[in-house]
Amino acid sequence: MARIEPAETLFLAPLSRPAPGSAGRTGTWRVVKPVVDLDKCTGCMLCWLYCPENTILKTGEGKVRIDYEYCKGCGVCANVCPFHAIEMVVEG
Amino acid sequence: MPVMGLTGNYAVAHAVRLSRVEVVSAYPITPQTTIVEKLSEMIEKGELNARIIRVESEHSALAAVYGAASAGSRAFTATSSHGLLYMHEVVWWAAGSRVPLVMAVVTRAIGPPWNIHVDHQDIMDQRDTGWIISMAQENQEVLDLTIQAFRISEDPRVYLPMIVGLDGFILSHTRAPVDVPEQELVDEFLPPRRQPYVISPETNLVMGNIAPDDVHFLMRYSMAEAMEAAKRVIEEVDREWGKLTGRSYGGLVECYRCEDADYLAVITGSWSGDAKVAVDKLREEGIRYGVLRLRFIRPWPAEKIAVHAEGKKGVLVFDRAISMGGYGPLFSDVSATLYGSRISLEGVIAGLTGVDVKPRDFAEAMRRFASEVDEKGFVYKPREWLLPRKYRENPEKIREVARIWS
Repeated sequence: MARIEPAETLFLAPLSRPAPGSAGRTGTWRVVKPVVDLDKCTGCMLCWLYCPENTILKTGEGKVRIDYEYCKGCGVCANVCPFHAIEMVVEG
Repeated sequence: MPVMGLTGNYAVAHAVRLSRVEVVSAYPITPQTTIVEKLSEMIEKGELNARIIRVESEHSALAAVYGAASAGSRAFTATSSHGLLYMHEVVWWAAGSRVPLVMAVVTRAIGPPWNIHVDHQDIMDQRDTGWIISMAQENQEVLDLTIQAFRISEDPRVYLPMIVGLDGFILSHTRAPVDVPEQELVDEFLPPRRQPYVISPETNLVMGNIAPDDVHFLMRYSMAEAMEAAKRVIEEVDREWGKLTGRSYGGLVECYRCEDADYLAVITGSWSGDAKVAVDKLREEGIRYGVLRLRFIRPWPAEKIAVHAEGKKGVLVFDRAISMGGYGPLFSDVSATLYGSRISLEGVIAGLTGVDVKPRDFAEAMRRFASEVDEKGFVYKPREWLLPRKYRENPEKIREVARIWS
């Protein structure tokens, strides 16, 4: 059997560091897209916290912007927004 | 250092307080409940600066402290029996994630029928999960092991969660004098929390995502190796605690009158004390037993057992749990450890479901094994039943009970 490193130098944990585009341009999967009404957005960042794909970005103005390259259009952000500032619009 | 009259459960609570735990979550279940009751009281009085997360189940309780620990907090939970089984999935997740964490398991039988008394079935059910598993014999050791558990679990050579096992009611609800160390002493012994990674909203880190099968395989290997490393860490920690408090227990195992013994009784938990009383009694009869008390079930103290068993005529293993269709869990591992040694072996299933095993019961089993080995030269009996005394003395009673309970 091949020699394996002793435990002191071999540590593995089930961790991953997601990087943009590691699953391809997932924005093409989308059938509805979230559109942010910046007048209603208060910058509470709840959508940023909830987005399962990390495609909600903070803007310099303290609000949010959606990265449509990778957003799959799941709608979680629109669902959690307490101010109804995000609307899901049919693509096309 | 004040000596207090503490139940095993309160000894756990004081150890958790002294270890400066920051997050506690648990769901009430007998006989564990008074641990978190006491912790809740300590937090309310301002003696412990921690948050309690209220949850609706044990599955959530462990998930909550596992999350808190992943996020960088020293966290603690406690449970028993069905509660432990209910959290079993998260038991695996916490270990596989290599998150340092401590849980007290107050051992209790598993139903049906409904039962609240001690056996080891619940804690033995966790032995494949990757948690370090210790078992205390008395309340002082409960306190000492709980403090040590944070140190062992957070050691970078280990980074595995740890269970502190204490027997339901026998320890959990029985008061005994416990030397409670000063905060400064514990602070000197227990460094600030260390952990392999911290998950926060600011880190670009995901735990538990899918991994290639071959990488997953290496993770299992890495955990098994960390268990091996834990053996050394446990011995070091025991010695260091001994220097600070005068209490050293022998690390992975404690050996009572082993050196000049012809036979060894292998056992774990509070009933080890009764086995020691039996050993003293048998010495008066000229039968020389020693008790090898396993303080840790995982990592399995194979090397220690092999060394202590060497040259003995026989090893008698007492299990307070059974793998149905197999053997007592301790017996299986002892048998694997001593394979090829030609030392006589017997596994005894006793004390299940809270049935009391008294020193005279131990003595009876020990006497019988010793005489059989002396007579036959070599004995290998993997599963012998030490039934409750009234059924041993009056076997017809068994049929009678079966007629009612059927």
